[in-house]
Amino acid sequence: MSITAKHVTKRFGTFVALDNVTLEVPGGALLALLGPSGSGKTTLLRIIAGLEVADSGTVLYADEDVTDAAVRDRNVGFVFQHYALFRHLSVFENVAFGLRVRGGPRRRVRERVRELLRLVQLEGLERSLPAQLSGGQRQRVALARALAAEPKVLLLDEPFGALDAKVRQELRQWLRRLHDELHVTSVFVTHDQEEAFEVADRVVIMNRGRIEQTGTPEEIFDKPASPFVMDFLGNVNVFHGVVQGGRARLRGLEVAYPEYPHDESRAATAFIRSHELEIVRKRNGRPSLEVKVTHVNPARPVVKVRVYSETFGVVLTVDVSWERYAELQPAVGDTVYVSPRQLRVFVQDYAI
Amino acid sequence: MADNVKEKPIPPRPQDDPPAVRVALILTAVVIMGFFVVVPLVNVFVQAFAHGVRAYWDNLFHDPDTLHSVKLTLMVAPVAVGLNLVFGIAAAWAIARFRFPGRTLLTALIDLPFTVSPVVVGLFLLLLFGLQGTFGPWLRAHDLKIVFAFPGLVIATAFVTFPVVARELTPLMEALGAEEEVAAVSLGARGWQVFRLITLPNIKWGLLYGVILCNARAMGEFGAVYVVSGHIAGKTDTMPLRVEKLFQEYNLPGAFAVASVLAMLALVTLFVKTALEWKTRRDLAEAHRLQTEGAQP
Repeated sequence: MSITAKHVTKRFGTFVALDNVTLEVPGGALLALLGPSGSGKTTLLRIIAGLEVADSGTVLYADEDVTDAAVRDRNVGFVFQHYALFRHLSVFENVAFGLRVRGGPRRRVRERVRELLRLVQLEGLERSLPAQLSGGQRQRVALARALAAEPKVLLLDEPFGALDAKVRQELRQWLRRLHDELHVTSVFVTHDQEEAFEVADRVVIMNRGRIEQTGTPEEIFDKPASPFVMDFLGNVNVFHGVVQGGRARLRGLEVAYPEYPHDESRAATAFIRSHELEIVRKRNGRPSLEVKVTHVNPARPVVKVRVYSETFGVVLTVDVSWERYAELQPAVGDTVYVSPRQLRVFVQDYAI
Repeated sequence: MADNVKEKPIPPRPQDDPPAVRVALILTAVVIMGFFVVVPLVNVFVQAFAHGVRAYWDNLFHDPDTLHSVKLTLMVAPVAVGLNLVFGIAAAWAIARFRFPGRTLLTALIDLPFTVSPVVVGLFLLLLFGLQGTFGPWLRAHDLKIVFAFPGLVIATAFVTFPVVARELTPLMEALGAEEEVAAVSLGARGWQVFRLITLPNIKWGLLYGVILCNARAMGEFGAVYVVSGHIAGKTDTMPLRVEKLFQEYNLPGAFAVASVLAMLALVTLFVKTALEWKTRRDLAEAHRLQTEGAQP
């Protein structure tokens, strides 16, 4: 079942949490709402669930307008950031809660809870209390509880936020597999791009109560729609400069930019990811910048080399493969040249 | 992880004062406690049994007015506690769960009965419900008696003990947070189901603690009840009022016998309260232990 939020606006006092946001989640999709804190992603999720009321705008489940429907009548499964498990109830009773309050017959409840605990691999822990479980186990109880009443949509608020790195990694893949099995339309909120890109079919990037970009992980990574998206995705080097007559001049780096053929000079910002920069010992005719190596971090899977351009006062980070590193042997203090294999230029608007 | 904890150096203890200071402080506390609390308490029982167990028994159970006062107290206190239970939960819920205009004022007003002298409360009730009071003529026209009768005693007692349950529950509910309640709503629970299945089990010990304290105060209430009861022996005298009356009549063994019953109620309350505190602490420690152990892979 698809979810549509149309022109949703929400204010908390003077703070605008959501500014006329329109979002469509196709039926059966696993969509990630990605953004920094305060970008409005959790508010949007809570409005979709009915836990928060929008100041204006509508929410549709398939073609049904649920804007004014109570949470209870929406039949959503919601997984809370800190799980919000019922601390005085056993794992079994936690999962059974949604069925019991809806008056499910005893035998049916028991069967369904068993089935779910098998699904989330928690058989044998029926009688444990939440306090006796590890973080990952609690997360899975929360998920089983949300799925118990066969919700039409599954909503997850920072589902892996409170877990350590290793458990997080495992649960991510597990959630992906679970979704492939169940095909329930799911939306999850995260501030971790890796998580969003690894798990979701579609990623929505939010910033300051607005949607910056919507697309598949590939689309967003390859064609970032705005400087914010580019910057948010991280691992990028930022250059400020100007564009004019089909060229972009960025702090001593001059490249062709046929998208802007006009004579009038305009301010522009270019982004180059660290793996899109190349280090060479000698100028090879391509646009390049003379720099000094300031730091070498032989990390995995790539060596991170930090370089500094004295002439232009910029620090850059370059990812170098281990093969290339063995070839080059860059040492701190060496003078080398960096040239971009690819870069994205955003011309600033006339506005202001 | 565990090794790191073990290797931590023992921090200097701030309570390492010179022995003389420690002994002086402990002695002062013990002497004051003994002089102002233990001696009077023991004296109540000594005086009550001064003429033997037989006289004590007669004083309590063969004086119809005393017997009536015990019965009356055992009726007034539960009704007042019941009222404050409902009010306390409602007030704590409102303050802990909602942000509304006047919330701070409500929080302050809840404490009012603790800061006003109970005698003033009694007078205030007389002015409202007495024969010459605001509602006096109306009450008389409808043949309703509040002052100098059971309803007056309940109102006075409930008013004075009004903050106890609310004060106990508000910080507890604020600490628990609304997350579990919101989760229950998202799973389809109705308001009453959320309260019965989620909120109540989480606050039950705090609630019981509040009820016990409230009951202790309700049984011992004197000032407000003194004013509104009219002090009618065998009709509106509660136990504390009966103690005072027997004392005025120079019936010291009788007065101390009733006082000893009140003192015993206080001791039982203290015992139950300590047991509850101990249990709550142990539950918390247990939950914490399970939590840290459970978090290990």
